[in-house]
Amino acid sequence: MKWSAGILLSILVLAIVAPWLSPYAYQDTNFNAILQSPAIDGWRLFGSDEFGRDQFVRTMLGVRITLLVAIVASLVSLIIGVSYGAIAGYVGGRVDAVMMRFVDTLYALPFIFFVILLMVAFERNFLLIFIAIGAINWLDMARIVRGQTLSLREREFVDAARLTGVSTAKIITRHIAPNLLGIVVVYVTLTIPQAILVESFLSFLGLGVQEPKTSLGSLVNAGVKHMEAAPWMLLIPAALLALMLMCFNFLGDALRDHFDARHTT
Amino acid sequence: MSLLQVKNLKISYGDLAVVDDIGFTINRGECVGLVGESGSGKTQTALALLGLLPADANLSGNIRFAGTEISAFSQRQLDAIRATRIGMVFQDPMQALNPYLRVGKQLRQIVLSHKLATGTTADEKVIAMLRRVGLPDPERQSAAFPHQLSGGMRQRVMIASALIAEPELLIADEPTTALDVTVQAQILDLLEDLRDDTALLLITHDLGIVAGRCERLLVLEAGKVVESGATAAVFAAPQTPHTEQLLSRAPRVDRGEFLPPVDTRTILAVDSASVRYVDAGQRQLHAVQDVSLSLNVSETLAIVGESGSGKSSLVRSLLGLIPLHAGKVVFAGKPLQGEVEARAATVRRDLQLVFQDPVSALNPQMRVQAIVAEPLLVHEPNETAQARLGRVVAMLKRVGLDDSHLHRYPHQLSGGQAQRVAIARALILEPKVLICDEAVAALDGAARQQVLDVLRAAQQASGLAIIFISHDLAVVRSISHRVAVMYLGRLVEVAATAQLFDAPSHPYTRALLNASPIPDPLVAMNAAPLKGEAPSILSPPGGCDFHPRCDFADTSCSDRRPELRDLDGARVACHHAGTITI
Repeated sequence: MKWSAGILLSILVLAIVAPWLSPYAYQDTNFNAILQSPAIDGWRLFGSDEFGRDQFVRTMLGVRITLLVAIVASLVSLIIGVSYGAIAGYVGGRVDAVMMRFVDTLYALPFIFFVILLMVAFERNFLLIFIAIGAINWLDMARIVRGQTLSLREREFVDAARLTGVSTAKIITRHIAPNLLGIVVVYVTLTIPQAILVESFLSFLGLGVQEPKTSLGSLVNAGVKHMEAAPWMLLIPAALLALMLMCFNFLGDALRDHFDARHTT
Repeated sequence: MSLLQVKNLKISYGDLAVVDDIGFTINRGECVGLVGESGSGKTQTALALLGLLPADANLSGNIRFAGTEISAFSQRQLDAIRATRIGMVFQDPMQALNPYLRVGKQLRQIVLSHKLATGTTADEKVIAMLRRVGLPDPERQSAAFPHQLSGGMRQRVMIASALIAEPELLIADEPTTALDVTVQAQILDLLEDLRDDTALLLITHDLGIVAGRCERLLVLEAGKVVESGATAAVFAAPQTPHTEQLLSRAPRVDRGEFLPPVDTRTILAVDSASVRYVDAGQRQLHAVQDVSLSLNVSETLAIVGESGSGKSSLVRSLLGLIPLHAGKVVFAGKPLQGEVEARAATVRRDLQLVFQDPVSALNPQMRVQAIVAEPLLVHEPNETAQARLGRVVAMLKRVGLDDSHLHRYPHQLSGGQAQRVAIARALILEPKVLICDEAVAALDGAARQQVLDVLRAAQQASGLAIIFISHDLAVVRSISHRVAVMYLGRLVEVAATAQLFDAPSHPYTRALLNASPIPDPLVAMNAAPLKGEAPSILSPPGGCDFHPRCDFADTSCSDRRPELRDLDGARVACHHAGTITI
């Protein structure tokens, strides 16, 4: 856990601080220096791309945007998904049926169609990526949380709370939610990579991050085109992406154990 | 030479020794009981005999089976031994059988993989074995999945799978703990009848089970053998204080003082209560039908019956946890209606429940302090934190716990401690009625005794009325003033405890009493166990529901349902009560 958190934190600090120290800006092109390989000379640490833009600065920008998208989108899905699923699962009956049919309806909408509709309605906007990704992820989260709540509701400590007069809202927040933590944390660590992948897919379609801004997903995408001439354009962002995803997974496992009272001795 | 020889067996996990230097032998054809409370190392010993301990267990000592050291066998040889020479029956057959395979197929796999028979003879062997273990209509039942069989029938299948290879040693680990008392007697008799010259190691916490059946017994405490010898000798003159304690603490269904009758002011009454469920197939399940009962101030009313008799459904409906289909509940003169959320706060705090499984009844993410204080937060929100903490500590003291438990989580408590925390939570609002749903069923020995003492003390202190649901008649005898017996959702007998135990009127009550194991080899096994199992609530037999299992049944019993009627101060639902000698 310490290692994962440490690595993630260092990457984040580097991503925020490093671009200031570099002589280049992420959007500066230089057609005299296209597809340069990484070198200490002239601070081309990660080389340059086909427009002569500095890959190091662009990669750091990519990390920032990717982390932002992943974390915000996961938070959106966490907050909406958990409260929606817990209420549907605990209240049950007709409320549950109506709430879950709404989820089913959203599932049935083709995702890309949904994003394009959003684009048309609100014009291109960075915020839309968060909304779009959060909007698909909370559906899964709600279903998982509802299922878990249905089984928790049958546990006897919930009956005990009902008998002593604890209100429905309190039962959900005090008794149901803390016991959902394990599965929710695991699922969030799964949504982060998923959000990162969806973001790069949207960017590829031109619906996500707009050039000259970039994200790790878009950088990998661009790198694929020059895989033979300039393999570093693919390898460096891809390796960074993989490292971050791995750290998120380890961190998720550790957090789950940490917050679960059953692991205290 | 003995069949199994265990010498200096030690098992530990890290620094924790769970089995500490035990030794014993089992001869061919012998039945040996291994008795101990939970945590005494019984199951670990059994697993060691089978070579099934988890990889992180440290094992030392000698286990010789039929002259050969177990540790000398290769994994493959061990597999063969486990399958054909040592059989194992586990506590919970639902866990031990594969839910995706038809039971006949599971047995057939054993037969085929160990080349006990081939082709159609394998099927014949399976059917013959299922017939021997008393599975009715084995040709048809062998096509059933485990979940389609009752608990008793599943355990019969389990025994069939353990015995089909005709092993030399059968290990049964708490084989009847998950079963009803009448079925328990059948299963134990079956083990006895079937084993022929197979040696049996019977592992249990219940002295009543070994009393009449085992030739020798070993008593384990904290991983050590504290007593061993011939069963009769151990029961007659135990050598160590631990065994003596076990024997004196074991409640007996045939002995002990009855509580004198108490107050006659009614605090809680149910009138013609019915509870129905609708199952997945839209069929109506009549879990409770037309039950009328009353509970007096300061009284303990026991409700007994086999699983599926509607005991839990009845109390859950009167608490408002599940809806009542018909009938009414009257508490302190006022009718109670609707679900618990709709009831007045004053009523809610007066009716509390203690569950069977304390682990499930306590929120695993909350500390003891928060669990016990929660009812106070709801009903007395203006109290200062200081005063509230004081009440929580005082309450914990009453149930025999102290401040050191305040900050523990439920998983850090033993079963008995957890159950006392659950009782503390139920009692902290000083309720007038406490309902205990199998509250001591998951506990043994000292832990059970402590919980019962806490309940008695609470009753004496505040005139608490208790409804005590149990399937264990020995415990019921020691704690209750009156007893109600339920069968298939209906009351069959209600009587004062003394009358019910000394002179039961209903044949079913008599059968329950006979089936209860008695920890005394001199009086054990006085009657044949009740035949069959309780019928499905979906298809009650009609007439008197008990008639298919009753020795006294005649045509009137299958034609007409007997109503509850008064008989010598008791209420009984039997056409023949009073005219038959049971």
